[in-house]
Amino acid sequence: MSAKEKRLAELKASIGEVAPREALALQAQGAALIDVREADEIAAGSPVGALRLGRGFLELRVEDAVPDFDRPVVTMCAGGVRSLFAAETLQRLGYRRVKSIAGGFGRWKAEGLPFEVPAQLDQAARARYSRHLLMPEVGEAGQLRLLDARVLLVGAGGLGSPAAFYLAAAGVGTLGLVDDDVVDRSNLQRQILHTDDSVGTPKVTSAQRTLQALNPDVTINTFETRLDSDNIEDILQGYDLVVDGSDNFPTRYLVNDACVKLGLPCVHGSVYRFEGQVTVFWPGCPERRGPCYRCLFPEPPPAEFAPSCAEAGVLGVLPGVVGLLEAVEALKILLGIGDPLVGRLLAYDALAARFTDYRVERDPHCAWCGDDASFPGYIDYEHFCASAG
Amino acid sequence: MTMVTIRIPTPLRGYTGGRDEVEAAGDTVAEALAALGAAHEGLLERVLGPEGEPRQFVNLFVGERNVRQLDGLGTRLQTGDVIAIVPAVAGGNDECEGKAAG
Repeated sequence: MSAKEKRLAELKASIGEVAPREALALQAQGAALIDVREADEIAAGSPVGALRLGRGFLELRVEDAVPDFDRPVVTMCAGGVRSLFAAETLQRLGYRRVKSIAGGFGRWKAEGLPFEVPAQLDQAARARYSRHLLMPEVGEAGQLRLLDARVLLVGAGGLGSPAAFYLAAAGVGTLGLVDDDVVDRSNLQRQILHTDDSVGTPKVTSAQRTLQALNPDVTINTFETRLDSDNIEDILQGYDLVVDGSDNFPTRYLVNDACVKLGLPCVHGSVYRFEGQVTVFWPGCPERRGPCYRCLFPEPPPAEFAPSCAEAGVLGVLPGVVGLLEAVEALKILLGIGDPLVGRLLAYDALAARFTDYRVERDPHCAWCGDDASFPGYIDYEHFCASAG
Repeated sequence: MTMVTIRIPTPLRGYTGGRDEVEAAGDTVAEALAALGAAHEGLLERVLGPEGEPRQFVNLFVGERNVRQLDGLGTRLQTGDVIAIVPAVAGGNDECEGKAAG
């Protein structure tokens, strides 16, 4: 008897094996079914609901996946050998109720038990997103979710550039870009998607080129147009969330109203010289209903109170900071992790090097998102903003 | 009199000689703002409307709480409180007011 065979006989005796059908019953009662096979084996099929942790990273990943050491655990491999070694490892880690599936996935499949062919990252994606895959908060399931996600960016300028850049890098599968402007040399101080040789070309074209060069996996939809009441729903349709990096009040109110109507989270960022604001307007947030833009700012400032762009200016890095905070919030919402900036306004003062968190609450009487509100319809936004005050 | 700090947003710092924080005395938000207005001419009308109510594009916070969810301008202050004036800001790109979206 070889050393391996001897050891296996010992493990079979000490750990105990279960038939696939028993394992399925245990899983239905709450046991964790851990598939320890390699990714290429799992690609051909794996039991429904199995935790696919892999043998190589088992010790590193199992505690995040199964934090309760008293929870029954069943290990599975292809034929029932590796799963015995894995079961022993789990026992050593402190798991008290561990069994191994005799005959592995081969027998599971032969007995007609339920399995699925999981969506999986290919080799290149695995390398590209490896730093995401290492984190339990993202992992393969989260990365697949990002690749399926669709984010619309209003504006491919100061805020939209950094946000789109990092969302593309993160593997958000579809990015929509709305901008009707062309690249001007004065943009390049902060709008990092554009380059000196793209001066004069449409911003969406220039942005698409840069993003595609960074990550060819990402689909970039471009809308070289100005958002208005007639086109906004067609453009927003099918997206999971909106990153608002627009530059004027009429668009801000229009985007807000459409997001409220369509139930989309709107990640809001705005900057002025050395100061920025970030929040998430999302009255439909399932965990915590937040305000909409109109709850916070029922009316825009009149023109005489709004300084002209020529005298305002902005520190080039500032929209970078704020746009990236928007990207972080977008990723959190897409992954369903952490505490989104719903009902909170984060203000950044670069000169003071100070972040301040304000509570912003829903107005229950808001005509757009209030308790008894029904969508009042789109308005004349230019007129609404021009007549403010 | 209660002494508090009022944070001035960038667009209004022209009225305070560039200062981002101003000390003011007042037992309520209204009193502190009145003191601010008395010391810096022209500033108050950017924050309060003709009837003396906060403008629709400005939020006032005491600490992290919006005075709308407290007692409005009548919200009472304690020594060391920080009042923040937070206006709506359009900017994102380099565009002017009212120009094209995005």
